[in-house]
Amino acid sequence: MDVLIQLAIFLALLAAGYAFGRRAERRHYDSIRAREDALRHVLVLGERLPPPGFAHCETTLVAGSVVISVDYFKTVVAGLRNLVGGRISSYESLLDRARREAVLRMQERAEALGAQAVINMKFETSRVSGNAGQSIGSVEVLAYGTALIRT
Amino acid sequence: MLISNIEILPNKRVVKHLGLVQGSTVRAKHAGKDIMAGFKNIFGGELGSYTELLQESRDEAVQRMQDQAAAIGANAVINVRFSTSAIAAGASEILAYGTAVVIEDI
Repeated sequence: MDVLIQLAIFLALLAAGYAFGRRAERRHYDSIRAREDALRHVLVLGERLPPPGFAHCETTLVAGSVVISVDYFKTVVAGLRNLVGGRISSYESLLDRARREAVLRMQERAEALGAQAVINMKFETSRVSGNAGQSIGSVEVLAYGTALIRT
Repeated sequence: MLISNIEILPNKRVVKHLGLVQGSTVRAKHAGKDIMAGFKNIFGGELGSYTELLQESRDEAVQRMQDQAAAIGANAVINVRFSTSAIAAGASEILAYGTAVVIEDI
């Protein structure tokens, strides 16, 4: 009987994770795509030197950060994938979303300051170990760079 | 105070190097928020309270670094880097470090 109850709880969590996680991910991707299109005019470069045309500008540090949580379905799928090895696509999409969101927030900050470009962009990723006992909790991503504001 | 993560600033010249400055902070959310985050781990999605926490800590770390730079007479911090780590359950550390310099306009 106990086993059945545990199985039912497990399946309920799995279904909830799948349904809500999928919906959250789809919505998030839609919003990311729309905002990426809108912010395309703010250049983001990994280079350390300003590109030509930015000889006279003000500089300031801008940053964007986000913490995204895994859902139960992803955790279970990743656990199964660990047995056979290979790409864990459920975590790949999680990190992809987090990175793109962090860059977008940085771009939004830069745009608010009137910047045309962000150079020397760096990422910093870490894990939030808020939920002890689980293999992975949530990922936090910080994107930062130097905004160039033409004067 | 000018903060930047590049080392050669347009239209500015470094007059004096004053060495490394740093600022760090360790922050945690209260247990209620941690429990909510636990629920979020089932459903997925953004953890707003942790994003806020990260943002506050980053501002705090940069502020401490700035204070340290101001104390030694710098007017800019260049080549700034961030580093984050999870040191305990529910707590995260953020470190900002860079080179304190005195700059002047060319």
